[in-house]
Amino acid sequence: MNAPVLATRGLDKSFGSLVVAREIEISLPQGVRYALIGPNGAGKTTLINLMTGMLRPDAGQIMLAGEDITALGPEERVRRGLVRTFQINSLFPHLNPLEAVTLVVCERERIARTFWRTTADYREAVDEAYDILKSLMLGADCYRQTRELAYGQQRLLEIALALATKPKVLLLDEPAAGVPREESAELFTAINNLSADITVLFIEHDMELVFRLASRIIVMVSGSILLEGTPEQISADPRVREVYLGGAQHG
Amino acid sequence: MAVTSPAVAGPHQYLESQIRWRTIEVVFWLATLLPFVLTPDYLVLASQIAITALFALSLDLILGYAGIVSLGHAAFFGFGAYTAGLISKWGWGEPLTGLLISAVAAGLLGYLMSFIISRFRHLALIMITLGFGLLLLEAANSASGLTGGADGLQGVNMWPLLGTFKFDLYGYTAYCYSLIVLFLLFLVSRRVINSPFGLSLRGIRENAVRMRAIGATSRAHIRKIYTISATIAGVAGAILTQTTETVSLGVLDFQRSADILVILILGGAGRLYGGLVGAIIYLIARDQFSGINPQYWYFPIGVLLIAVVLFLPNGILGGLAQLAGSERGQRWFGWLTSSTLRGRAS
Repeated sequence: MNAPVLATRGLDKSFGSLVVAREIEISLPQGVRYALIGPNGAGKTTLINLMTGMLRPDAGQIMLAGEDITALGPEERVRRGLVRTFQINSLFPHLNPLEAVTLVVCERERIARTFWRTTADYREAVDEAYDILKSLMLGADCYRQTRELAYGQQRLLEIALALATKPKVLLLDEPAAGVPREESAELFTAINNLSADITVLFIEHDMELVFRLASRIIVMVSGSILLEGTPEQISADPRVREVYLGGAQHG
Repeated sequence: MAVTSPAVAGPHQYLESQIRWRTIEVVFWLATLLPFVLTPDYLVLASQIAITALFALSLDLILGYAGIVSLGHAAFFGFGAYTAGLISKWGWGEPLTGLLISAVAAGLLGYLMSFIISRFRHLALIMITLGFGLLLLEAANSASGLTGGADGLQGVNMWPLLGTFKFDLYGYTAYCYSLIVLFLLFLVSRRVINSPFGLSLRGIRENAVRMRAIGATSRAHIRKIYTISATIAGVAGAILTQTTETVSLGVLDFQRSADILVILILGGAGRLYGGLVGAIIYLIARDQFSGINPQYWYFPIGVLLIAVVLFLPNGILGGLAQLAGSERGQRWFGWLTSSTLRGRAS
């Protein structure tokens, strides 16, 4: 396998006496689809917050494409290609999808600082935004205000905003959370169609989605990584069964 | 808010249609010329309205678009007003250069302030801007040698505009002057709002957390718009000084900061015309009510405010946009608004 795009070394974090991350060592090669699973409170979202810089680790390092990014703020990490989505929609309610995605493209291209030309003048940025929306089946509704979109569409827009930053690594925090069954097929297609250059790590509770999408799975319990392996290895492992079925001690 | 726009062929056409001039805008600006013909006795009031509208526009840029609350925006208005007054008092009464220097001075103050402003949001911002406004007011009050203190600045004497037009008692020159400056700075604001920068400002207003997660340079944006806003507020203050040839501590008063916030919310924050419409209605209402009852004229203003907030939570323009967006409104007023009012309706 090639060198990891994203790696953590000995990542520790605790809130008071509660340890939310303990000696986290992960290493994600380019283009691989990783699922991060584990019971509630295992520290999955915390790990994403640590990696994206929303939280500062107590100890350890985070490496992106071979560079130590532990000291960088969230914005700078995004500009270097480490991007996340949110478990609970974090969108721009009164912008429409076209405006929102164009905004992200403009920020990425550093044209968001210009105030003497209109947005419409930047035709390439607008085209790119529109293409992203079309690829996520949002093309037809991209002129409607975000807050009026169906919930499943809003979940897709979450991903669209992240994609517009041109990420190297995409961290999806429960992309299908709360999406009704009839809308989840679109979401599955969207994630499945992501460019093979992008490394994806996604948290998900829907095991069907996990086993269909992920090529490797990381299992977290109580702030530590329990094990990592292929879907076959994970589903055969007795410890995983215990965590999910009889794991009362991890509540 | 059904989207009835099959005319939208693609994203470019859509974005271009958003920024096109609408009939109602042209009507609005033509109507600002009416006071010259219909109410020539009220040109002084018209000039006050234009100045207040400009001040409200400056607040709209930060509050309505970027979501930066300010309860001390009079600081920049007052700073511009005093700068313009002092320049004239010290012997340079040429209005346009005076205006330019005042604008730069207020902009500089805004730029310095923006480093603090860009680090805070919401309640903290209210306290900081409030405190800053009070600070400046007291500074002006105590520096009476420079500002004249509570007696106001004496000896402001403006030369004729362009060496030709004297500032007369009837407000003819004053209204021409303030209206032209208002229109020019409105054009600038319009361009700012329709730019990628303006789009990012709306992003900050809508979701500051997400802006971080997409790698946006939000703080730099806030510093920039705050400087622009302070500059425009300073210009408004300077015009007040130049057209009235006097400066009092009132230009820095908390009441002025509060009034301008009220005016903006009344008209509709986050819409370029919100502050303009708010200023027109507020000042005309104040003029009329104080004519009826000079002592208790704030009473009907209070009623007006509560009524607007109750029935038109997005301000007068927000309510009109909603009406124009409805089916019946489309049939009657569609020709006036074409697409944007609906697009912005919230």
